[in-house]
Amino acid sequence: MDLNLTAPHSMGTTIIGVTYKDGVVLGADSRTSTGMYVANRASDKITQLTDNVYLCRSGSAADSQVVSDYVRYYLHQHTIQLGQPATVKVTANLIRLLSYQNKNMLETGLIVGGWDQYGGGQIYSVPLGGTIVEQPFAIGGSGSSYLYGFFDQAWKKDLTEEAAEDLVKKAVSLAIARDGASGGVVRTVIINKDGVKRRFFPGDALPLWHEELEPCNSLLDLLPEPMST
Amino acid sequence: MDSLASDPVNQCTATSFEMDSQRTQYPYVTGTSVIGVKYEDGILMAADTGASYGSTLRYKSVERIKPVGKHSLLGASGEISDFQEILRYLDELILYDNMWDDGNSLGPKEVHSYLNRVMYNRRNKFNPLWNSLVLGGVKNGKKYLGMVSMIGVHFEDNHVATGFGNHLARPILRDEWREDMTFEEAVKLLEKCMLVLLYRDRSAINKLQIAKITEEGVTIMPPYALKTFWGFSAFENPTKGAEGSW
Repeated sequence: MDLNLTAPHSMGTTIIGVTYKDGVVLGADSRTSTGMYVANRASDKITQLTDNVYLCRSGSAADSQVVSDYVRYYLHQHTIQLGQPATVKVTANLIRLLSYQNKNMLETGLIVGGWDQYGGGQIYSVPLGGTIVEQPFAIGGSGSSYLYGFFDQAWKKDLTEEAAEDLVKKAVSLAIARDGASGGVVRTVIINKDGVKRRFFPGDALPLWHEELEPCNSLLDLLPEPMST
Repeated sequence: MDSLASDPVNQCTATSFEMDSQRTQYPYVTGTSVIGVKYEDGILMAADTGASYGSTLRYKSVERIKPVGKHSLLGASGEISDFQEILRYLDELILYDNMWDDGNSLGPKEVHSYLNRVMYNRRNKFNPLWNSLVLGGVKNGKKYLGMVSMIGVHFEDNHVATGFGNHLARPILRDEWREDMTFEEAVKLLEKCMLVLLYRDRSAINKLQIAKITEEGVTIMPPYALKTFWGFSAFENPTKGAEGSW
């Protein structure tokens, strides 16, 4: 199988943003691939834009990084001019502007999530093309195909922080199980009025799904004790 | 005064450093049919609240009919990001119209003409706004219903439809539309068309909105779902007597 090492770095990905009672929970996997090769197995796809607004990136790694860099730069100036933290809506619209105006050249699907004093926790989806849609929860990236049914069934309004983070963790982990382009660890970021909490869940902290086995150190640990004669 | 970025025809991107040599885009997130009819008091328009991403029914609560100024309603199918941009241009148009503060306001005919110019000029630059637009309104007692396509084809009629609606709804409308239908009759007619679209259009979802515009103003009803019928005896056992058929 040709590794195609010259393919552009792409984040087949699973990204999720969920609103809950007091704010938002953002989640993502950590795999960045170049063709069939995993270029980075521990990437951080949840990028900070301001103190209170974060961005989940999917699609082309380069495109999503450069869009987030520009928006961080504009927001920094905007915050100084405004004299108070930027709102999630303004941030999402800056992302939309860049995505829409450069739609012929960019290949990146983004989820903006954050908390501000006016609207509380909000999630905005900005898919390919630059459409902007506010949603109570959003999923994106190649792994999201496996999660539409899951969320239709599992998401409820006004979850607690623990339930929301559990939902996100479970969902990313389910997507990783079936999407070859998603993998690595599950990262979550929780944003509410009290601030931001970053968490990291390696494979052993996640539940096992169908046909997955409990990891162990070696076959030798599994073999039965040799019988004494 | 107007920055190049907000000019609908001379699109200049804020941060692109090379001009893209080919322009025609592809739609990514798309809305399906919109249908509109003239009735006794004004115009009635219907569209579902879905936006598809290829074959995935990705967004299910997207309003595709919006008011424009005091006298018009705009419904759109096609690329949603382009529709959102058109709404921004119209916002600016209406704002400047209000700023004249001369007692006059843009009516549906004027808005239709503006949209037609925008769509046609973009088409000429091979950089279309990938939408089919339905523009309806009432001003000074005169009802107006028109359509503009992504290549600038435009016309007015008593009943219009976009996308699949052209093939499935317009024949019904041609047969059953009457001058001076009451609100109830018009709603029933639109619902009949939307039901057929729900059965036969893969990108349709069962969550629709009806909007009305009269001399008094705009009302966009909350989204609702239609009951579907599956009780034909032939549906229960379609291959009886012809095993292997469908």
